[in-house]
Amino acid sequence: MNGAQDLGGQMGFGPVNPEQDEPLYHAAWEPRAMALTVASGGMGHWTIDESRHARESLRPADYLSSSYYEIWIKGLSTLLERHGFLSAGEMASGEASLPPIQPKRVLKAEMVSGALAKGGPTERPAAGPQRFQPGDTVRTINMNPTGHTRLPRYARAKQGTVVLVHGAHVFPDASAHGGGEQPQWLYTVEFSGPELWGRGADPTLSVSIDAWESYLEPA
Amino acid sequence: MSGHDHHHHDHDHDHDHDHDHDHEHEHEHDNHFTPIEARVKALESLMVEKGYVDPAALDVIIDTYETKVGPRNGARVVARAWSDPAYAARLKQDATAAIAELGYSGRQGEHMVSVWNSADEHNMVVCTLCSCYPWSVLGLPPVWYKSPPYRSRAVIDPRGVLAEFGVTLPEAKRIRVWDSTAEIRYLVIPERPAGTEGWSEERLADLVTRDAMIGTGLARQPEEEAA
Repeated sequence: MNGAQDLGGQMGFGPVNPEQDEPLYHAAWEPRAMALTVASGGMGHWTIDESRHARESLRPADYLSSSYYEIWIKGLSTLLERHGFLSAGEMASGEASLPPIQPKRVLKAEMVSGALAKGGPTERPAAGPQRFQPGDTVRTINMNPTGHTRLPRYARAKQGTVVLVHGAHVFPDASAHGGGEQPQWLYTVEFSGPELWGRGADPTLSVSIDAWESYLEPA
Repeated sequence: MSGHDHHHHDHDHDHDHDHDHDHEHEHEHDNHFTPIEARVKALESLMVEKGYVDPAALDVIIDTYETKVGPRNGARVVARAWSDPAYAARLKQDATAAIAELGYSGRQGEHMVSVWNSADEHNMVVCTLCSCYPWSVLGLPPVWYKSPPYRSRAVIDPRGVLAEFGVTLPEAKRIRVWDSTAEIRYLVIPERPAGTEGWSEERLADLVTRDAMIGTGLARQPEEEAA
């Protein structure tokens, strides 16, 4: 979706302002928010793609004025309500008023190190032949889906070169919406600065994205 | 969020021992909670009360990224690569496996690729669409990495971004920006500073900053070696 999350090439946000000796967190609630998000994902009821879509579905003004852990908590609230774990009323009041439902699993303390060490690999056996090879010239498709996609606006309908092949990976555009994994070949595609940004672009720049096969056509 | 105040006043505080971590807030009046603090507290106590999360698991997750997983991991990978050509070759060929040799793997580092700076080329990593970052080698991302100024400009004006980090590259140097749009995570291998011949891996690792491994910085020079 063309939401506020799709930031590449937008202007007006000002300088980066890196913080010297930045602390790991800036408020006591941030580590709790981080851990709650990780542990809730551990229940196994939504994919990382669905959680990204929940975050990017925030209203743009809300997204852009929230810190990243705030975005996580707002996204998590959406997921907990959508999957029946908590009602909006419960989250607003802080009072449990409905009986709990049974999660697929609960991440216990003793399971954490194993779960983090395993992570969530997304590579899957390929369902079909690899269509592109490193060095191939390709063009990204143009599309403006209302659902989740990982093809950023700045890289749509652009010509680039395949530089890496990563095997077949879970397809987020499907996985975010309960469509299952539908793995596709995944490629790193490199574009020149002038191809992406046109007149005045830095000629020494190249930018790559990781693109699923259905984002690409031969050029 | 104002409803949350009632939660603490009206309940017999059977949730409160779940919040022992917030020392500086524990004894304050609830009105001192900002809306987001109150919201996270309410969410945590509801999740614990309903049995969806184990509060001890939250502590272990937090401790992992405070004490075990951080940019020191990545610095050890880089120092090994600088010191051991055979390891460097493996890191180029299959970064996930080579990084796992040092014991670093898992969440947000499942599929790693190493990208190598050289005299001709500088690499920089961004996630324009969210906050994808190689947790297994760098830990949790800094705020600026997740914020609109960096995410919007890294792909169109990387030299301008680098200048804000105090980095000026030669005009002719190629800049390659890697936008992490999938589950592939990129680790920048900075150039090894001159004058470090014969240094131990441990000493070399001290030169490898987090920003150098994102590509918004360079490795420290020997004269900048941390005391």
